Amino acid sequence: MSADWPILSLTIWLPIIGGMLVLAGGDKAPNITRWLAVLVSVATFLVSLSLWSGFDPSTAQMQFVERAPWIEMFRIEYYLGVDGISMPLILLTTFITILVIIAGWEVIQFKPSQYMAAFLVMEGVMVGVFSALDAMLFYVFWEAMLIPMFLIIGIWGGPNRVYATIKFFLYTFLGSVFMLVALIYMYFKSGNMEILGFHGLKLDLTEQVLIFIAFLLAFAVKVPMWPVHTWLPDAHVEAPTGGSVILAAIMLKIGGYGFLRFSLPITPDASNELDGMIIAMSLIAVVYIGFVALVQQDMKKLIAYSSIAHMGFVTLGFFIVFIIMGRADVTGGAVLGIEGGMVQMISHGFISAAMFLCVGVLYDRVHSRMIKDYGGVVNTMPWFAAFMVFFAMSNAGLPGTSGFVGEFMVILASFRADFWFAFLAATTLIVGAAYTLWMVKRVVFGDVANHHVAELEDITKREVLVLGSLAVAVLVLGLWPAPLVEVMDATVRNLLAHVAVSKL
Amino acid sequence: MEHIYLAIVLAPLLGAIVAGLFRNQIGRTGAHWAAILGVAASCLLSLYVLKLFIYDGEQLYNKALYTWMVSDGIRFEVGFLIDKLTVMMMSVVTFVSLMVHIYTIGYMAHEEGYQRFFSYIALFTFAMLMLVMSNNFLQLFFGWEAVGLVSYLLIGFYFKRESAIFANLKAFLVNRVGDFGFILGIAAIAMFFNSLDYAEVFGKAPELKDATIQVWGSTPWSLMTVVCILLFIGAMGKSAQVPLHVWLPDSMEGPTPISALIHAATMVTAGIFMVARMSPLYELSETALSFVLIIGATTAFFTGLIGIVQNDIKRVVAYSTLSQLGYMIAALGVSAYAAGLFHLMTHAFFKALLFLAAGSVIMGMHHDQDIRNMGGVRKYMPITWITALLGSLALIGFPGFSGFFSKDAIIGAIHHSDIFGAGYASVLVTAGVFVTALYSFRMFFLVFHGEGPRDDHAKHHLHESPWVVTLPLILLAIPSVVIGWMTIQPMLFGDWFTGVLTVLPEHDALGEVGKHYHGQIGFIEHGMLELPFWLAMGGLFVAWFIYMKKPALALEIRTRFDWFYHVLDMKYWFDEVYQIIFAKGSRALGGFLSEVGDRFLIDGLIVNGSAKVVDSVAHRVRRLQTGYLYHYAIAMILGLLLLLSIFVVA
Repeated sequence: MSADWPILSLTIWLPIIGGMLVLAGGDKAPNITRWLAVLVSVATFLVSLSLWSGFDPSTAQMQFVERAPWIEMFRIEYYLGVDGISMPLILLTTFITILVIIAGWEVIQFKPSQYMAAFLVMEGVMVGVFSALDAMLFYVFWEAMLIPMFLIIGIWGGPNRVYATIKFFLYTFLGSVFMLVALIYMYFKSGNMEILGFHGLKLDLTEQVLIFIAFLLAFAVKVPMWPVHTWLPDAHVEAPTGGSVILAAIMLKIGGYGFLRFSLPITPDASNELDGMIIAMSLIAVVYIGFVALVQQDMKKLIAYSSIAHMGFVTLGFFIVFIIMGRADVTGGAVLGIEGGMVQMISHGFISAAMFLCVGVLYDRVHSRMIKDYGGVVNTMPWFAAFMVFFAMSNAGLPGTSGFVGEFMVILASFRADFWFAFLAATTLIVGAAYTLWMVKRVVFGDVANHHVAELEDITKREVLVLGSLAVAVLVLGLWPAPLVEVMDATVRNLLAHVAVSKL
Repeated sequence: MEHIYLAIVLAPLLGAIVAGLFRNQIGRTGAHWAAILGVAASCLLSLYVLKLFIYDGEQLYNKALYTWMVSDGIRFEVGFLIDKLTVMMMSVVTFVSLMVHIYTIGYMAHEEGYQRFFSYIALFTFAMLMLVMSNNFLQLFFGWEAVGLVSYLLIGFYFKRESAIFANLKAFLVNRVGDFGFILGIAAIAMFFNSLDYAEVFGKAPELKDATIQVWGSTPWSLMTVVCILLFIGAMGKSAQVPLHVWLPDSMEGPTPISALIHAATMVTAGIFMVARMSPLYELSETALSFVLIIGATTAFFTGLIGIVQNDIKRVVAYSTLSQLGYMIAALGVSAYAAGLFHLMTHAFFKALLFLAAGSVIMGMHHDQDIRNMGGVRKYMPITWITALLGSLALIGFPGFSGFFSKDAIIGAIHHSDIFGAGYASVLVTAGVFVTALYSFRMFFLVFHGEGPRDDHAKHHLHESPWVVTLPLILLAIPSVVIGWMTIQPMLFGDWFTGVLTVLPEHDALGEVGKHYHGQIGFIEHGMLELPFWLAMGGLFVAWFIYMKKPALALEIRTRFDWFYHVLDMKYWFDEVYQIIFAKGSRALGGFLSEVGDRFLIDGLIVNGSAKVVDSVAHRVRRLQTGYLYHYAIAMILGLLLLLSIFVVA
């Protein structure tokens, strides 16, 4: 595919239009809708691959730029482009969507066409969030994202889905309203909605602090950071497996992405000023949430809490850079922090998806998420057990898997900021292993616990395909993270150079 | 050479993949052939490389294979450093591994999960080779954790058994405590050296000798001390040193062949290997060396004592392993790295032998592991008996056997050292010799001699194990006897480790020992005049007297010193205390944070609380909207009045 094709637009609109077609197809011939959905998602993934192959890693400039006036009266544009930060996240989105569609193949018997359509629309919207360079466009995609997710949890969710969806919606909506205010404020200061323009916008410290806090409310809820994390376990518990996967693997990343695209470059001085708070919140997420995860009785809740702890590494990596750059006696480390956070996001996308899918596999058979209802699964599902142990080990950050890479980089970087940051972050080696493997012990190992477990059948070929693809991704990223780091390196360096210059 | 080194590492990995993924297609025989061929290839090539290093003057090889990642100017690479230390480790690891592979055919013959077992032990060999052949800290950590993973999988091999899956979780978590320190040590190195490559770090180390780091407040701490102690915490986990030793006895839940390979001969010695490899760093911090010495000596003596009261045949050998690892660690503490490594090598042979012999007895006894039920096994299992005798003699340091040379060198070096803690260590490691002899021969006599076995049924079925079991015993017995004699000269006092290990002249305790070294015969003669030899003989004699001559005495001593027996029987209460503080404590903390922090404060008060506030405010405000026109009219008039009065007053 040649470079002058509007690849980003294709990646956004192909799944959205495809989703509409799937919806229009209805549920009369469910298999045809399913195949159509897979076809659309695979096609989207193939299109998005050309973002990787055509990407020039030597520059921090936006690439694959598309620009057209949208609402001329307000100088709002349809303005798309990707750099080394957003491009890998788009690929993650298109990759995970295929798996979610395949994973929902048999499980979803109730309105399958609407289910598939929701995920396809969701995919397009999320790619839009990652590639929008106009703040208004970004905001539209950002809010649009809530709708399919709201429906997914609300229609295909568990018994307490209404509470969870309302909580999810209000939490995230509350955050994003403040972001809208900040965006409008900057629009009035600069006269347009260009995000890259906001980067250069002169702002005094008070303005920066207020804008920073507005963004923080939006992004911290999405990540989610302690103490605005409590919607996540509820949402995960009630969401169907596919919803959990998209939520954990991609939607959380949008918070992390927001910090890099908005907070850091637009309000560098405020970020510098308030970094202590963010670091504290991140470390609390790692330690506090780790202990909370330990005592969860519900597998999905446990993995949800584990996600919060892992995302703590992302925000930690992003905000220690100010301390590192402020230390005269330390050279380097800032790039490592941000790149570590980015790698952690991608890796967590694979691992959390896999963990939720594993729980889904069990749930589909036994209809329980409670740890106590299992025990000795390995006896009846040896291949599944192998996958589950493998992903649990990656969740515990075993070297050779992707889970190790980001944590390792962030620990290395945070040591340069302060010994105790690294100390607290590294406790995840123990606590993370404890909650993950204790769950594995109680669910997978042991003698057959009850007749449900005794009647289990091992994973099907389709499940092997889904879990196997993720296992390959986890291994490849764990054994050879160089290509991913290389792609983002120029962008991260450029970002840091920008952030190092005060706007005051 | 690169191809040979690659083949050495990858052959076992290939074997593991074939045996694991295609277990149903190739069956049991196929799986053991795949794993054995992989490891055998690796072993033969390692021995070939060893020959090149010994006779053909093969030189050091240090090269990156591929770049894992470049971030922030630091190159994270995967590569090999092959020097004489590596070659020795490779040969020992692959040889013992091969023996264990062959043995497994017999030991696991009737077990489920046969293919899985072979896959795991071949995978272990790969991971261990990655660890020892690494030329950088990243790959070291990879190997370090990968062997931990395989250890986890193998301890929990009998996954239906509750005790096994408890033990493997415990082992992994205790190891993770060590790795927690280890990764912080690596982070410190990355920060100050801006590299994770051994050669670069070691080259730059002398410059940073006096560097400081602020850990607590503004007090400067010596960088080298902090780095070395952090790295050593990793070693304490992997090499099971007090107070992180608690996982190793429990690891005996795994099948015996892996107790021999992983939890005695190879993996647990990774900590010793690591510290020796880092000798250019450890030499720069006497504080760290003293720490190492004290931990090692404490482990050597006190865990040995526990071995005396154990009745499970594998646990006796496990406590013996803890104690011997303590000896090796103590040697490192007095900068006698070569002596530590030498003992690592001799111990690998005789301890693997003892474990495999124990396994052979266990097979004969139909998986009864209680030594009180055994006795008289010698008659039924002559090959097991003789090899176990040779292994035990090597372990207690009988003159001329391999353990004699290595243990005497360690005790001598500690004796000559004047580093802080050397006096304490000297007493403990010397007294430890008596303890070693006592527990070793207590077990030996109870198992192989005297009356028994207790159970007639067992007696009837007791017979020697098949050749796949006895052949490895014999092949391991040979080096257990002769390897010390053969290699003491080059390894301790010659130039085998020249350029590999760094020892500052003022720390060179082993050099002092070397001044009195005049050949093996002289070393033996000299050793027989020293206290350790007599202590060993004393221990042997006491064991014979108590358990053979006057069996009633054992019970009497036990009743007389009941409190002491109780202390040892409870293993100094480490497990109980840890269970309360860490296992229960962290669950209680988690429960508290979950209930009070998340549910009550955040969700209860803030989230649902604000929802309730909105709800109740809305309810109240709603009452104002009564719908009666006169209510609104009065409100308007009141408002108008209020505004007017404000206007007038202002």
